[in-house]
Amino acid sequence: MRKSGSHVADFAAFGLSPTWSRNIDVPSHDGEIHRWHVLDRPARKHGAPVVLCLHGNPTWSFVWSRLLQELSSDFRVIAPDLLSMGFSDRVSTRVYSDRVGDVADLLQALGVDLPVWIVAQDWGGAIAMGFAVQHPNRVAGMVLSNTGIAVPDGRRAPWLIRAAAATGINALVTRYTSLFMRGTPLLPGKGLTKEQKKALILPYRSSSARKGVSDFVADVPLTNKHSSAADIADVAAKLGSLTCPVRLLWGVRDPVFNDDFAHDLMRRFNNVALHCIKDAGHLAILESSIAPLVETAIREIESAPEYVPVKESEIAPETLWSQIDTWESASDIAICDAANKKSVTRPEFAERVATFAEGLHVHGARRGDRVAVLIPPSIDLIAVVYACWRIGAVAVIADRGLGLRQLGKAVRSARVQHVIGSRRAIYAARVLRWAPTALMINLSGSVTAHQVRCVGQVGAPEPEADDPAAVLFTSGATGPAKGVCYTHRQLYAQRDALQRTYNISTTDRLVAAFAPFALYGPALGIATGLADMDVTSPSTLTARALDDACGLVGATMVFASPAALSNVVRTATAPLPHLANVRLMMSAGAPVPVKTLEEIAILCPGAQIHTPYGMTEILPVTDVCLNELTKIGFGRGVCVGHPVVGCQVVIAGTDNNDSKTLAPVGVTGEVLVSSPWMSSGYDSLWHTQYLARPTMCVDGTTQIWHRTGDVGHYDIDGNLWIEGRVVHLIHTDTGTVTPVPLEIAVEALPAVLRAAAVGVGAHGTQQVVIVVETANHSDGPADAELTASVRAAVSPQAVAAVWLSKKLPVDIRHNSKIDRTAVGVYMSEILAGAKR
Amino acid sequence: MKVLVTGAGSLLMGSIASSLLHRGDDVVSLQRNAPTFDGNSHAQHVLADIRDSESVALAARGCDAIIHGAARVGVLGNWNDFKSVNVDGTANVLAATKMHDVSRLVYVSTPSVAHSGHSIIGDVAQAAVTGRKHSHYAESKAIAEQMVLGSDRNRFAVVATRPHLVWGPGDRQLVGRVVERAARGRLTIAGTGDALVDTTYIDNAISAHIAALDALHSGARCDGQVYVIANGEPRTVNELMRSICTAAGVAFEPRYIGLALALRMGSMIERVWPKVRATEPPITRFVAQQLGTAHWFDPRPARQHLEWVPEVSLDEGFIRLAQWYALRL
Repeated sequence: MRKSGSHVADFAAFGLSPTWSRNIDVPSHDGEIHRWHVLDRPARKHGAPVVLCLHGNPTWSFVWSRLLQELSSDFRVIAPDLLSMGFSDRVSTRVYSDRVGDVADLLQALGVDLPVWIVAQDWGGAIAMGFAVQHPNRVAGMVLSNTGIAVPDGRRAPWLIRAAAATGINALVTRYTSLFMRGTPLLPGKGLTKEQKKALILPYRSSSARKGVSDFVADVPLTNKHSSAADIADVAAKLGSLTCPVRLLWGVRDPVFNDDFAHDLMRRFNNVALHCIKDAGHLAILESSIAPLVETAIREIESAPEYVPVKESEIAPETLWSQIDTWESASDIAICDAANKKSVTRPEFAERVATFAEGLHVHGARRGDRVAVLIPPSIDLIAVVYACWRIGAVAVIADRGLGLRQLGKAVRSARVQHVIGSRRAIYAARVLRWAPTALMINLSGSVTAHQVRCVGQVGAPEPEADDPAAVLFTSGATGPAKGVCYTHRQLYAQRDALQRTYNISTTDRLVAAFAPFALYGPALGIATGLADMDVTSPSTLTARALDDACGLVGATMVFASPAALSNVVRTATAPLPHLANVRLMMSAGAPVPVKTLEEIAILCPGAQIHTPYGMTEILPVTDVCLNELTKIGFGRGVCVGHPVVGCQVVIAGTDNNDSKTLAPVGVTGEVLVSSPWMSSGYDSLWHTQYLARPTMCVDGTTQIWHRTGDVGHYDIDGNLWIEGRVVHLIHTDTGTVTPVPLEIAVEALPAVLRAAAVGVGAHGTQQVVIVVETANHSDGPADAELTASVRAAVSPQAVAAVWLSKKLPVDIRHNSKIDRTAVGVYMSEILAGAKR
Repeated sequence: MKVLVTGAGSLLMGSIASSLLHRGDDVVSLQRNAPTFDGNSHAQHVLADIRDSESVALAARGCDAIIHGAARVGVLGNWNDFKSVNVDGTANVLAATKMHDVSRLVYVSTPSVAHSGHSIIGDVAQAAVTGRKHSHYAESKAIAEQMVLGSDRNRFAVVATRPHLVWGPGDRQLVGRVVERAARGRLTIAGTGDALVDTTYIDNAISAHIAALDALHSGARCDGQVYVIANGEPRTVNELMRSICTAAGVAFEPRYIGLALALRMGSMIERVWPKVRATEPPITRFVAQQLGTAHWFDPRPARQHLEWVPEVSLDEGFIRLAQWYALRL
């Protein structure tokens, strides 16, 4: 062994410690001795687990620089340059089987004999899989990123690789010019820094240095005539025999190994999970920080807690669709669509569900298939969703309020097999390539050709209660929409929770001005009215439209969103006779100002005004009514009432990952929730799911919890108060500050319409900054007077600066959740001296 | 306890000496001209230059501790002027501690020794940097700080403090200049004035040095360490200037110039000004960077290791400043 040459001097500039770099002479299975260049980052302790990183083509061990820098020092990281690549020896042409053998040679020379974790990308992944199949006992697990072992069914090899490998072009592109080299970092994704791009081509500056790159491309099996094709196919066929955990990290914008390859691998492994990294591309391992994911993958296995399924006795055995045929008083209206002036009776609705179910089945939708339901709120939407459930298809439902771009991303990430919708929706899905390989089912086409009288007569087999039923996409306050997965059992439990919490009986009639709730009407066995409004914008619901819808079904309950209710209050000029008959008004989706609730109470004098707390992942969690809120008054945060029956809500103590400690009354912590109607988890976001769903022992029972990401506390009377989001906490030198109590205090000032409390600076020394919207709609520093009154309002909390904003950034769906992260980033720049 | 305070002709060092006297310590104050504070029977004044090693040694005789704050400040003068006072003067102090077995030294440094021109946002005190060309003051103070912290002797304890933008009644460095320029309608702010800057009210700067002196002994947590001293209440430059002007009863009507322009002007003026005028130039790169970028620090190390809490808040400080101006009218 000796220290490597002059290029090591450059390493420090690229974030690689020169001490990691070494050359090692490895006796090869081919009988020769080859000199390898290896980045070997030692662990804190001797004998620590080894993480072996295999790069792809045309890169070198530098692609692991972020992992080398960021991975916990509990692990030793070894990242070799494959032979003929990087700073390793240039050797005669190596085919796939040689490269698999090389890995074994290297590990032997390094004296690593305990099982290793292999992290691999691009063709490094294929080599890793080959090694794992040959030496299953030497691989503890694999993390694979943007790679593949075979071309997925129904598509061809990546066209970029195909082009680069074409005879005649290969040499020109990969060897005699640096086109392939320089092109790789330019693929779509988050983009690389200039330094990273420079580092990637460091060992490949001459044509002879690029020979290995060219050979590698030539070894890609594009047709089964290829010399390595049989070897690779053999490995692909044996992946199913592996039992080690495999975690896939995918940059979804990769045009080479796109998510078709990810799902191909999902089918091949036993113990496998996928995490899609939004916005990242082929070099996701360099574009984003993957160290936390790799660490989780390794530790997840080490500390895997005993899995405890939810107790059977707590769970209703029934399914949502089974209610439909058994409705009493059959002549009643099932659903009334006020916007389209249409209604169906119960038998008519049952027939429509049954007919759609049969039609979907005939069109090829099978149990477990995903169906994107691109239908605006209407009788047909509800019928199609029930039809999907009946045949065991998974309804993928994205909120139109997300906007077209997010909607497209959501549908694309769900990888649906079928799209059902109007001609226009199908056209959009096809042209915008939301689901390029899906079957398109036109709602007004042959899907209704086979008339079936009732759900019981549908021919297709019924799904099991624990089969997936739906993937729901709703907008978070920030970031892209996440797909939330529910099973039939969970949905039915949710229906029960709603029924129990709001004492819903068959004599009730519902008007839903918040699409998700309309779906529960039939399952609750009650008539449902859809109000006339633009679903993409809840604030278009007028008082007149709501009253009309109530009149049409004789509503006793109204479910609406806060923004819709605010507009109802604004537009309530004429008398609203039908609202007077409502006994229950429920507003869900975002915090509702008490003032709005009070104004609503005036419009429907006979109603109890309820507002549940919950999220797409689990709803309802708690509930509170206006009368109680008035009695409770002000406190530290927003009061959301008591947990609903059947839902456990706890406040995590200081160490909230594995622990048993709960915060005492009055102490703030993260809100953790568990109930039978909790969703299964997130779609294709293994790491997010791992973090959000800890298995913990609380009060002697071990179960899976949902981390809400909200922080709050219990008061002495058992009311839960929400004080903000975990990611919006302000960590000052004197302790952690929650934003909502400060905002409530500032919003009580007459000049202030809306306020955001954010932190600037690093964790532990953050300063509190208050940004307010006022009637003047101006930007910039607040004047001395407002600054003083804001400081007085939040005293004794210190405030470094008070700022004005014309318009605070809010979520599109509810127009009320402030994106404090964005405000914080903006204020950090301004208060560091950046130009306004 | 008998304490030698050097540089007691300045507002901060004079006030420190005065506070020590008031709590009953014996004080030897060393300054070139008459001291700025009233003495009593426990006070002994030495009129001498810090460059005079014999006088420094004489003053240190019999002292338990030294608070060394004598320094040449500003941008006027050549490198030798700064080096002889700030580096050689400090070497004289160190030699005196050795000669007379003085076991504790509090060295009054400055945040500019670690100044890089970039924003400082809640950071702890970084190591002093040497090798700068354009600021003799920062360079000489940095060399001296390294020298002090590097002096490793048995039973000898040192701590360096970096008070950040000390102001208060009677302060001519910050308050005096802002008020004077604002009164002439010539207050100029480099950059947007939105950068957050922490400052130190004079009384807090005094108590911090006394706390450092009391906390310091060989093997103490603060031994060999450096601490930024500040109120821990960053404010935007605009708000600070406005508060100062309001307290002094002058209008706050600043002009703004871009930071890049201010830096270019500062660079030019620093070279030309000393050749034509004997006063401090109106703008320097250092001042431009101080006002155009954020400067605030992690307050925890000083509070934990020196057991010091700033007792006068900014709001209270501005009230006292206003009272002081009101009495002057």
